[in-house]
Amino acid sequence: MAVDTRIDPYLVPALDGVAYGLLVFVAAAGLVLCFGVAGILNLAHGTLYAIGGYTAAALLDGGWSSLLLALAVGTVAATAAGALVAGLLTRVAARSHLTQALLTFGLALVGGSLLVAAFGPDDPPVRVPAALDGSVAVAGHRYAAYRLVFIVVAAVLAGLLHVAVRRTRAGMLVRAAVDDAEMVAVLGVNPAWIRLGVLAAAGALAGAAGVLGAPIIGPGPDTADAVLLLSLVVVVLGGLGSMGGTLLAALAVGQIQTLGVALAPSAAPFLLFAAMAAVLAVRARGLATARRAS
Amino acid sequence: MRDEAVRALRRGVAVLVLAALVLAPWTVDDYTVALLARTLALGLVGVSVALLTGVAGLPTLGQTAPYAAGAYASAVLGSRLSDVAVVHLVVAAAAGAALAAATVPLVVYARGVIVLMITLAIGELVVTVVGRWRSVTGGSDGLAGVPPVRPVWGLPVLATDRARYLYALVVVAVLVGAVLLVLHTRVGLLLRAGRDDEARLRASGHRVPAHVAVVHVAAGAVAGAAGSLLVVAQQFVSPADFGFDTSALLLLGVVVGGATSVGGALVGAVIVVAGRDWLFGVLPGYAPLVLGLAFVVTVYLLPGDGHRSAGGPGRLLPGLPASPGGRERPAPTGART
Repeated sequence: MAVDTRIDPYLVPALDGVAYGLLVFVAAAGLVLCFGVAGILNLAHGTLYAIGGYTAAALLDGGWSSLLLALAVGTVAATAAGALVAGLLTRVAARSHLTQALLTFGLALVGGSLLVAAFGPDDPPVRVPAALDGSVAVAGHRYAAYRLVFIVVAAVLAGLLHVAVRRTRAGMLVRAAVDDAEMVAVLGVNPAWIRLGVLAAAGALAGAAGVLGAPIIGPGPDTADAVLLLSLVVVVLGGLGSMGGTLLAALAVGQIQTLGVALAPSAAPFLLFAAMAAVLAVRARGLATARRAS
Repeated sequence: MRDEAVRALRRGVAVLVLAALVLAPWTVDDYTVALLARTLALGLVGVSVALLTGVAGLPTLGQTAPYAAGAYASAVLGSRLSDVAVVHLVVAAAAGAALAAATVPLVVYARGVIVLMITLAIGELVVTVVGRWRSVTGGSDGLAGVPPVRPVWGLPVLATDRARYLYALVVVAVLVGAVLLVLHTRVGLLLRAGRDDEARLRASGHRVPAHVAVVHVAAGAVAGAAGSLLVVAQQFVSPADFGFDTSALLLLGVVVGGATSVGGALVGAVIVVAGRDWLFGVLPGYAPLVLGLAFVVTVYLLPGDGHRSAGGPGRLLPGLPASPGGRERPAPTGART
């Protein structure tokens, strides 16, 4: 993209960082829910994102209707996959975290190879709607229109998520389950249903992120791992279970990955690592006491 | 009695496995021997995973980090210092221990699934750094043509796959023996006590976080040494050796081997890794699918609690106090609430 260097040369990377960060947030939000509510480290989470991404690559043809269709199909498919993970996990729910992690990793391997079998081993191209394919002027810079729209849509999604978790009955149940799952069960709500609902919702979020974010983090054989790692870093940095913290961490990671690379190219590989190490070292005690293994 | 019969059976199996491992290079072709040597290195990483996961109760997905540190330290630093493998081994173990020591503050207060997440993130970040730090690590192309080494001063260079395999076998045997010996002392008792009831151990005046820190560094050193073995075995090292799937595979091997048993972890990791290599040979293209299904099936087939209770049968480590039993007993791994 053409960058007008007369004005601030770092505006475009910074904007990219916002888009990237919001995308990672929407993808990671599901992981926060899974982890917080069910204590599950869902290693298949990146695969759910990849499902959305591949759906976008297969269905998008440059029109608005295809975007809506891809969004619907991708979200539904990823939701179903999330529910499937929940169903398989229910049978080992009483076991240790280790077995759950192994199960979800196995599912990630299976899902990944099925996706590669269905869509081929290459990274498929993604066509955004024609109306958004150009660029617009932002403070004198040319900037991809799709990314600007994405920033708005992802911000709306994040807002909706906040409202859903804070204001709806389902959100209250989820938060209650985070605090004291046994008490919620005593009150007559089956924890298995909460787990199913949360994993399905996590799938929906990851699928939607996969469809909308396909032009930013595109589908491919490595997508699942990359998204899982980014989500994981963001969730850990965000304080393991806090939505607000996750959002801040995602935005920071977005800036590190884009603005950081523009400012200090030679240090770029280590920035993410250093940021994580620094935050963890400062907050190690807080993280551990925030949620002792439940 | 039954316990003694089980113990005798276990000894018998251990002797058989050892004999098979010593004789293996004369019964299979060179390629398989080279694969086996690499598998032994991974088995040693499995031992370090078991040390953390089963013995100390910190489920880890990040032992590939010290493993990678050891491998690259051995290939980059060791090669410049000397051509003696033992020097490389020490350098690699020091690198692994240093990385583990640097990450101690991140894991020492965390337990359970949080450790799983933090270690996974550390492991993945280390691999990312290794893949991008081209000037030192050769980036994703890796470091090829690592010069051959001699085991100790005065011996000839390890020129054949068989020699390299036997060197790896000796090192693994010595290190695993050392780990088992240490675990037989009061140290092992304290670690298991910390895993089973941390609050009580704290109440009796023990500093559990210090124990955790020490075992974490020790496991890092073992994994680092395994990294040196990997470099000796395949004379090549690249970030692909330390991926996320390797961690998960090792964890599966450790869980299959009984989680709380160091010897079982070695056998389990070797079986799982060999199974993976065999699958990729016979079913190119479908190997991840079959491997993933194997993960799912294994998880469902694992007995009841996912793990045997720490004092029950199934360990390769005899001589520990018997389990008090009881349903409220915490799971050997993870649960420290």
